[in-house]
Amino acid sequence: MAPLLDIRGLTRRFGGVVAVKALDLTVGEGEFVSLIGPNGAGKTTTFNMISGLERLDGGEVRFAGRSIQGLTPEAIAALGLARTFQHGRVFANLSVEDNVLLGAHTRLRAVKPRLPVIGPLAELVLALVRPPAVKKEEQALKAEAREILNLFGERLTPRLDHPAYSLSYANRRRVEIARALALRPRLLLLDEPTAGMNPTETAEMQALIATLKGRGVTILLIEHKLDLVMQLSDRVYVLDDGVKIAEGPPEKVRNDPAVIEAYLGHREIGRAASSVEVVAS
Amino acid sequence: MSSFIDYTVNGLVVGNIYALLAVGLALIFGVANLINFAHGSVYTFGAYIGWAAVTFLHTPLPVTMLIVFVACAGLGVVIERVGLRPLQGKARIAPLLATIGLSFVLDQLVQLVFSPDPRAVPSDLPDWRLAVGDGSIGAMDILIAAVGLASAALLYVFLRFTKLGFAVRATAQDREAAQQMGVNVDAVNSAVFAIASALGGLSGLLVGMYYNHIDPAMSFQATLKGVVAQVIGGVGNVPGAIVGSLLLGLTESYGIALLGTTYRNLFAFVLLIAFLLWLPNGLFGGRATIQSEPLVGSFIAPSRPIRLPRWAVAALALAAFALPLATSAPYLLQTLTNAWLAAMLALSLTLIAGTAGQISFGHAGLLAIGGYASALLALDLGAPPILSIPAAGLITAGLGALLVFPAFRLRGHYIAIATLAIGEIVSLVILNWEGLTGGAMGLTGIPPLSFLGQDIFSNRAIYWLCLAIVVSLAALQARFLNSHFGRTLRAVREDEIAARSYGIKLDRYKGLAFAFGGFGAGVSGAIAAHLYSYLNNQTFDSQLSLLALTMVILGGMGNVLGAIVGAVALVGLPELFRVAAEYRILIYGVVLLLLIRFRPQGLLGTV
Repeated sequence: MAPLLDIRGLTRRFGGVVAVKALDLTVGEGEFVSLIGPNGAGKTTTFNMISGLERLDGGEVRFAGRSIQGLTPEAIAALGLARTFQHGRVFANLSVEDNVLLGAHTRLRAVKPRLPVIGPLAELVLALVRPPAVKKEEQALKAEAREILNLFGERLTPRLDHPAYSLSYANRRRVEIARALALRPRLLLLDEPTAGMNPTETAEMQALIATLKGRGVTILLIEHKLDLVMQLSDRVYVLDDGVKIAEGPPEKVRNDPAVIEAYLGHREIGRAASSVEVVAS
Repeated sequence: MSSFIDYTVNGLVVGNIYALLAVGLALIFGVANLINFAHGSVYTFGAYIGWAAVTFLHTPLPVTMLIVFVACAGLGVVIERVGLRPLQGKARIAPLLATIGLSFVLDQLVQLVFSPDPRAVPSDLPDWRLAVGDGSIGAMDILIAAVGLASAALLYVFLRFTKLGFAVRATAQDREAAQQMGVNVDAVNSAVFAIASALGGLSGLLVGMYYNHIDPAMSFQATLKGVVAQVIGGVGNVPGAIVGSLLLGLTESYGIALLGTTYRNLFAFVLLIAFLLWLPNGLFGGRATIQSEPLVGSFIAPSRPIRLPRWAVAALALAAFALPLATSAPYLLQTLTNAWLAAMLALSLTLIAGTAGQISFGHAGLLAIGGYASALLALDLGAPPILSIPAAGLITAGLGALLVFPAFRLRGHYIAIATLAIGEIVSLVILNWEGLTGGAMGLTGIPPLSFLGQDIFSNRAIYWLCLAIVVSLAALQARFLNSHFGRTLRAVREDEIAARSYGIKLDRYKGLAFAFGGFGAGVSGAIAAHLYSYLNNQTFDSQLSLLALTMVILGGMGNVLGAIVGAVALVGLPELFRVAAEYRILIYGVVLLLLIRFRPQGLLGTV
């Protein structure tokens, strides 16, 4: 069976810089795959290309058996792909509940009949008239939003109607993940979900991600905290300067000399040393 | 004026005048990331200072120019101090709105001091003309060209070779970094506003001398032309602004040669829309548009709205309905009827600008479409108002959404500029499509409101009718926002990238917001048409658009009840306290400035 996400030769250039170079990457149904690498390695650019925010300069992205390059982000979301953002992009003036409900936008059926041309008008009329089916759908989504928020324990449930801008940083990140889950994604892209979190919050987030994995959610994760990556991942890809330098199960990647060099920065030390020599001579 | 050379000379001269404006706008946009809507007011101020100097002090031209230069530079410093500096770190829209408030105040002060009558600016230039081919060039043309070239050269030297010029360029590239490096950013802003305003003032003086005519209402058009020239050249690009201005001047001049003077502005605005759509970075901007990072809650002030309990809203509505039973004072009822008509407009705008975040500066255009639609249906087809008014609402919904549709991909400042231009285009099409609209003569004899063949003339009945429509529209809008549309539109406002990543088709929801809002605005315009019995292309002017925006901000962006409160406060109260008309705009300007500074979320809070 073809993998759920199948990326071949993915390439993106910014001016003269090659941000991502001929990347091959697959994620199978139910798999947990991580994408790691130093800052500027091209991880987020890869996410942006998968989710349709960034165009491809080369290669192909197939998702759920069809090619999705050139599709708009909204069309890709409708195919069942949800993502979070590196710096967090919650809707600041929307309540926690509305943020999560918005995640379920692609799943609205009763209020958004699939009609050509008059679809938008029908949506307007149905939202104003609100027949029982529409009411029921909204109620069901609200109940589901509560369930999703319950995953975060007592962090978010007491703050259902608080606007997102009033939340702590960690809570905003949690809302973002809750919003992504509301889409019921076939593939969930998590971009550094523990960035800027303290050890307690990180452990909590790791437990949550483990729960999602246990429930069979397919996940592609970008993360700098290697403990978390090594414990959860089925497979790991390592990117450096836009090039894949290693891939495989965590224990194999962990001991790969190329990875150790990229992370410990041998080359950087070498570069610094050579510049010292230049000054000395 | 007849030959090709004459039109070319005229185009270049007018282009030079625009350039003096546009260069200032570009400098200000560079350092402050702000489109200064008070720039046209400085231009008018300059023209009047010059007129006063020549008329009362009999100054020779160089002295007049010096006085204008210094006075306008001072005004620029004041604008920066009042309109920009206290608003650092506030919502991005705040300084823009502050400059609109300042322009209200400045224009009105000029009008109060110098009277609204047009004036002639005497010129002591020799009256000779140099024959060139089959055209000619006059002393005035040469003066304007010389001032334009000299300013450009001085500006180049200043930006390129002086320390302050370095600081200006550094601030334009990266404000924070410049500040870290010890650049006094406030002083840079001050200097830039001074230089920009001095050039803008000179432009006003030269225009006054060139056409031998100045009046206080010329500010708005001047700002618009400067903005158009800037968009053509690339917003914030100084050389681009000069080239854009000359192109605009030539286009207008040749356009007039082909079609006549009433088409002048139509060319300017069509050019603007074309550039916004196909070359939004202008002739000299790079091709790639930079996706700006979403600053959290950047365009709308975060707040917790004040929610009135249902019974209180119901009690207010009942009191409003009962009012005509308690009093029959025609003045009071007519005033409040006007407030209800304004409330329909404000409801529409608070949905589009507040909830959906598409700041519209051309909302009066929707009133005009609704008014003309209903009037024409009544006059040409004999439709009774009970049919023609809702039909006008639907026509406005469709046409409004269709007209703005191309602008949906624009954001922030650009959508404001585009809607402003679209509003002006609606007015200019009405002016020039004489066969349908009667052109400048307008439509007369529009039948009064009627119900089942009975004309409605009583103040009470009209009051009740308008109030009932406002209450119904407000209830409908509240229900609309309470559905999934509410969160969807607000998500579009907050962060388009995140919204798209969650499957929201932006065009669809922006279109629906404009359609829904267009209906209410169209109905308002239609009722007004039947009440006034007369319409022309200036009945609903751009000042009304800006007034509507003030109402919406006063009530709280996106706030349904707030829109009605804002309309009653700004249309009803000044009338009731019999504030003289010439002070009203002044009050609007001051209200806007105070709100932005001290309560940006409005009275009832943004939603």
